[in-house]
Amino acid sequence: MTVERVISEKKDQFPIGMRVLAVDDDPTCLLLLETLLRRCQYNVTITSQAVTALKLLRENKNNFDLVISDVHMPDMDGFKLLELVGLEMDLPVIMLSANGDTKLVMKGITHGGCDYLLKPVRIEELQNIWQHVVRRKKFDRKDRYNSGSQDKAYTDSGEAARMGNVDQNGKLNKKRKDQNEEEDEERDENGHDSEDPSTQKEPRVVWSVELHHKFVTAVKQLGIDKAVPKKILELMNVEKLTRENVASHLQKYRLYLKRITCLANQQANMAAAVGSADSTYLRMGSLNGLGNFHTLAGSDQLRNAAFRSFPPGGVLGRLNTPAGLGMHGLPSPGMIQLNHVQNLGNTNNDQSKLQSFVIPGNHNANILQGMPMSLELDQLQNNKGVNHIGELSTADNSTVFPVSGSLINARTTGCSDNPLPGVTSNSLMLEGSSQQATLHASNLRDSVSAMGFKSGNPLSHFTSMAPASDQLQDSKADLQSQASPISCNAGQIIRNAPQEWNAARKDATYQSNVMCCSINSSISVNGAMDHLGPCLDQNNPIFQRNIDLDSIGPSNFVDPLSIKRCEGENLAMEPSVTQKEGYFVVQPRLQGSYIPDNIGSLEDLASAMMKREQDKGEAADGNFGCNAYSRRTNCI
Amino acid sequence: MERNPMGRQLAIMRQSLFDQGYLDEQFIQLEELQDDANPNFVEEVVTLYYRDSARLILNIEQALERKPFDFNKLDDYMHQFKGSSSSIGAKKVKAESTLFREYCKSGNGEGCTRTFQQLKKEYATLRKKLEAYFQMARQAGPMETACRPK
Repeated sequence: MTVERVISEKKDQFPIGMRVLAVDDDPTCLLLLETLLRRCQYNVTITSQAVTALKLLRENKNNFDLVISDVHMPDMDGFKLLELVGLEMDLPVIMLSANGDTKLVMKGITHGGCDYLLKPVRIEELQNIWQHVVRRKKFDRKDRYNSGSQDKAYTDSGEAARMGNVDQNGKLNKKRKDQNEEEDEERDENGHDSEDPSTQKEPRVVWSVELHHKFVTAVKQLGIDKAVPKKILELMNVEKLTRENVASHLQKYRLYLKRITCLANQQANMAAAVGSADSTYLRMGSLNGLGNFHTLAGSDQLRNAAFRSFPPGGVLGRLNTPAGLGMHGLPSPGMIQLNHVQNLGNTNNDQSKLQSFVIPGNHNANILQGMPMSLELDQLQNNKGVNHIGELSTADNSTVFPVSGSLINARTTGCSDNPLPGVTSNSLMLEGSSQQATLHASNLRDSVSAMGFKSGNPLSHFTSMAPASDQLQDSKADLQSQASPISCNAGQIIRNAPQEWNAARKDATYQSNVMCCSINSSISVNGAMDHLGPCLDQNNPIFQRNIDLDSIGPSNFVDPLSIKRCEGENLAMEPSVTQKEGYFVVQPRLQGSYIPDNIGSLEDLASAMMKREQDKGEAADGNFGCNAYSRRTNCI
Repeated sequence: MERNPMGRQLAIMRQSLFDQGYLDEQFIQLEELQDDANPNFVEEVVTLYYRDSARLILNIEQALERKPFDFNKLDDYMHQFKGSSSSIGAKKVKAESTLFREYCKSGNGEGCTRTFQQLKKEYATLRKKLEAYFQMARQAGPMETACRPK
């Protein structure tokens, strides 16, 4: 009776009596920790071995409220223990280490630790650790009650929706943020499940070692790319295990894998992204090794490729790496939000973020689709980019640069004589005016899509870029709105577009234009530019720069303006230009900084353009375009 | 305050350990954990430390005899050693550990060997001093240690 009273008193007096399991292989530290915890009036159990700790926990996880563990242990890595405890018992775990490296702390948190303490531990810190227990309890309670409604709520709120699935099991609370990005992917698989919240209150599943092992076996059997909860569930053949359980566990597992492969893959991806052919686009996705993202098919490839090839320098760069970003030009569940991307680009995003990158699908779709059409303008046919420019500019450049506008037009179309209405708007890019940003964006978009950096294909599609003046404009608008995020998109667009364009491609010039455009766009993008304005023309020069084209068929290439835009960053695309029938087919190769540095000021560009217009006849000469522009530096 | 000269002497000895940089605030934390329920806590911890860390010192020594140096392993050992040392407040020893790890990270074998020698010296010196301190504390009586100046 006395004992009971003591126990109940203790419960009331929480955090007094909180049951802590302390694990540390160093006896000195362990003794110190124990004494400190006792001083805080916690109920302490100690062990110097991680395996013993797991055993104790597995016997009855309800025996403990909190686990404190050293990171560095001989029999098991502290992070591993952390993960296991999180997966199996869902208890709060605090990491302890003498090493306070930011990377380690980050690792601790991403592995699910709710806190990270440095040795030597002070009593003040330990006096507050009970908050983690309370926090978790509150979370759990909420999740259980709201698992159903939460799903709905989440679904509504974009990112939150992704959580829905997880929350059903109430397991991933703490990993919400980490998984947000992943959840876009997961949603494809689990989407419909999470939308059906009402029945999801089954008891929490405990992922024991055997169960987890079965799970991992099943996943391996299916291949991480193809591992969908439904199939995993079938393979596992465990009673009372629901698809949702598997789905959320899969999310956790993927997160774990991602962590492992993240850094390693990043570099690989970047490299891989460079100048890969269309077919590689798809592969890119998987390059990330995350296997989370499904590569996009067809046009998507382009996008992926585009992304990948974007130099990491800017936003694009980041976006590129996770080729698997699954950017779909078309609206699809896997769409990545540009905003996301943008943010990612701006900060050091890890791949996961990129992956969760959602392209404002519609835009992309439009672009892609729009582009080919526009590209099909016959006008795109000629090489005389310059010539066209002049013409184009006169057309409807409402924006800043009439000249540039025409240039843009010319570029995009690749044909010398059609001033693409849309293109003219591109001229904005040249101007560098505020409009540019918007225009550029659209231009960029156009060009991006048209460009299809990655492969030479886009070049051919270039034509589609230009002609679609309307589309361009639309795309421009789209681009614009996206602004920074667009940069990512731009890359995407470019990628995607080319593919489409390839089909529609009429003309080599277009190709080059496309390349240019895309390049420009990417360039601009990298610069996080407000003015995406990478007009096609701009892109061209950029391309040329990288490829050292001496003669660029279509003068489209030269796009000093766009180059300027790009702030010389990330374009890391080195388009390899190959001449085809006198046209340039620039194949973007990844390159650190793509933007040609010879892009001069807008003025130069403008005057060059003017000159070009006059030299229509010469425009056909690829060199013309290139050379002139190549001299410009990207200083936009 | 000190009831007898021994107490005062103890206090002086203790203070000099801090002043000379042998011990840092962590040691005070240990002292604060010592109470009636745990009257010899500090000495217990220190004893445990020297016993356990001897193993690590040996490991490092052996690793330094194998050429070429396995810097990762050395860094690993030293990481553990540093953790222990910092837990008892062994300031100078901890500083040498940090330096040693720096050398490991930069692959400086010569620096490692040199630093390790220095570390062992500090380690030994501290041990002697603490032993003397505890002995004095025992002689001065539990009262004195409880009445240490804050």
